[in-house]
Amino acid sequence: MAKNNTADKITSDLLRSIRLNWSFKIWFAFLGAALLVCLGAYGLQLKNGMVVTGLGDYVSWGMYISNFVFFVATSLIGMLISAVLGLSGQKWAAPLTRIAEIIALAFAAVAGLVIVMDMGRPERLLNVFIHGRIQSPILWDVTVITIYMVISALFLYIPLIPDLKICSEKLDVPPFVKNIYKILSLNWAGTSEQKKLIEQSTRVIAIFIIPVALAIHTVTSWLFANTSRVGWDSTIFGPYFVTGAFVSGTAAVIIAMYFFRKNYKLEDYITEKHFDMIGKLLVLVSLVYLYFNLNEYMVAGYKMKEFEAILIRDLFSGNHAVLFWSVQLFGLVLPIILLLFKKMRKPLPMLVIGIMVLIGAWFKRFIIVVPTMEHPYLPIQNVPMNWKIYTPTLIETLVTIAPMIMVLLIITVLAKLVPIVPISETLEQLETTEENKK
Amino acid sequence: MSEKNEKPKKRTRREFLQDIGLVGVGTLIGGSAIFAGINYDKKKNAAERVRVLTAENELLEIDKSEASKVVKPNLENLTYLQKQGREGLPGKRFVMVIDLSKCRNARKCMAACNEAHHLRPEQHHINVLKMQDSKNTPAYYMPKPCQHCDNPPCTAVCPVDATFKRADGIVLIDNERCIGCRFCIAACPYSARVFNWAEPIHSLEDEGKTYNVELNVPQKKGTISKCLFSADRVREGKLPYCVSACPNGVYYFGDENEDAVTNGTTKETVRFRKLLEDNGGYTLMPELGTHPRVYYLPPKGKEYPFQDKDKEEAGERLES
Repeated sequence: MAKNNTADKITSDLLRSIRLNWSFKIWFAFLGAALLVCLGAYGLQLKNGMVVTGLGDYVSWGMYISNFVFFVATSLIGMLISAVLGLSGQKWAAPLTRIAEIIALAFAAVAGLVIVMDMGRPERLLNVFIHGRIQSPILWDVTVITIYMVISALFLYIPLIPDLKICSEKLDVPPFVKNIYKILSLNWAGTSEQKKLIEQSTRVIAIFIIPVALAIHTVTSWLFANTSRVGWDSTIFGPYFVTGAFVSGTAAVIIAMYFFRKNYKLEDYITEKHFDMIGKLLVLVSLVYLYFNLNEYMVAGYKMKEFEAILIRDLFSGNHAVLFWSVQLFGLVLPIILLLFKKMRKPLPMLVIGIMVLIGAWFKRFIIVVPTMEHPYLPIQNVPMNWKIYTPTLIETLVTIAPMIMVLLIITVLAKLVPIVPISETLEQLETTEENKK
Repeated sequence: MSEKNEKPKKRTRREFLQDIGLVGVGTLIGGSAIFAGINYDKKKNAAERVRVLTAENELLEIDKSEASKVVKPNLENLTYLQKQGREGLPGKRFVMVIDLSKCRNARKCMAACNEAHHLRPEQHHINVLKMQDSKNTPAYYMPKPCQHCDNPPCTAVCPVDATFKRADGIVLIDNERCIGCRFCIAACPYSARVFNWAEPIHSLEDEGKTYNVELNVPQKKGTISKCLFSADRVREGKLPYCVSACPNGVYYFGDENEDAVTNGTTKETVRFRKLLEDNGGYTLMPELGTHPRVYYLPPKGKEYPFQDKDKEEAGERLES
């Protein structure tokens, strides 16, 4: 009897968030309005050409490409939390899997749009499929990101099926919405056969998503590493990008955890222990990333080869020094030190640290893309001054913000449609703990 | 009389019948003759062969009925020019030699190029750079066109085959296909490519013109442009715009297969390999493995002083 009460409480607790309240409507309207402003800026870019950006013939990749790398990077978190931790038997991460998968799906889906926003001729996008050349890393990127998106969607959907059934039964919503939930739950009846099927397919996807996720960010790193440019011409770019991706993705999950926990009153399900554990995870991935950073800059900085020296001086003590050191310090070193203390692995300090790391992660991509473009092998001469040092414009900034708003919108909407903490898995865990007590 | 009168009547009838018979037989024979004749003509035409000369200078014989007139490029101009532009000139391997000892920064090459390709003043297919390699080495002027590499990093990364390498060595860009991703700009170590960030300045006057991939005119907003070795002029057997415009004898242009290059100023034709050998010719950044088709002769024995006002810019990147 007591057990049933607890189960009912869990179900109602976790379903509580699925309703339209005022705070949701205001937040949604705010995001929608902001998105319209940003899309207006993109309209100006379509009309007048990319001259509205701060880009030029030398720095021809800037904020948009940095943004693209950031988006692909953050989307990798789905693979780390749901697949790697799941397969290695880290049970504590189970309530976080859905958050991680929603973040992964949202960032991966929008990453494709980010790259279209960087195109001079977006209306010719289909040329990539009509005249596509397999030699070009862009083709590889398009292929693997599409695959990753599909797998991520499945990875979100399949474990969701039992919860969709619960939604159709327990939610206080109009009948047609109930029907949609019911149809989506694919006749789930909770038989042991069905349970086994879901368990197996989730496992297969979890295994399959690991190489695909590694591929999307490795290929993204090859967009840079496959050129002869100083600062990009590096053999460690693949793992360097992948480990960096885990840092920004973990930070994104921490921020999302904080807000979902607070707004949906999920303190019993996303507990301080979860923050403690994911704080330790952030320390681990940040340490690995710091190690790759050390390799990347130390080796070049020790040799100071002719053209690399120009770039290294620019980063260490030149135009980009403030940004470079801030990113390393506030985005990496300081969070590692702070998170070593248990007191700092509480929800609120973690939120602050998560935001610091995420902002740092965005500017880190900027530091990888822009300074290299500012220092080609041959000197930049006989061109306007603003082509030598890249300064993003307001329109460009708005167009960069647009995809971020889209991601927030997707996460907001998905979190309103499905329980953000898996109900059936939580119930199962409850059962196993009860059995263990006996 | 009556008999007389009857006689002609009788004869007339017989003759009439005979006549009918004759006409009938005649018609039959004539008809079959014409029929046979037509058939014969048809067969004769089918068997007729014609000789045609192919573009490869080969004399061939084909059925006349299979021969058709060449469609002159009018409405289908676009595809024709684009196809022609992709094929290149058979048997040629174009090269350029730039003699740095002659360049005095007159920039006539840049002006001629910008005019021919309808570029904005800040866009350069060819750019005369003020160079200094280290603190104690002399400064010099270095015109830098696209290097038309034999192992071009730009064409490898293009996702849509908009930029391509022709058999005659020239690297071109098809701005009807370019999606504007600018990966080629990122990949080019010589900074040889430019992008149409805004509406091109000549877009009004160029409106309706058929796009010529060998000239890259009309330029298009949101697409790449680059040095084309003046492929349109080369097709006509002329020297590139920049080469002809130079007043100082800096440029040689020609065919590696013929081992001959022509100076654009003096119109003197010399042996390509001998020119390189006698003057210590080299390529830019050979360590990148791009195999440029643009060769440089070192700024040895300059006939002019490097201008003082340019010294600061030339030495800008040197460690102080």
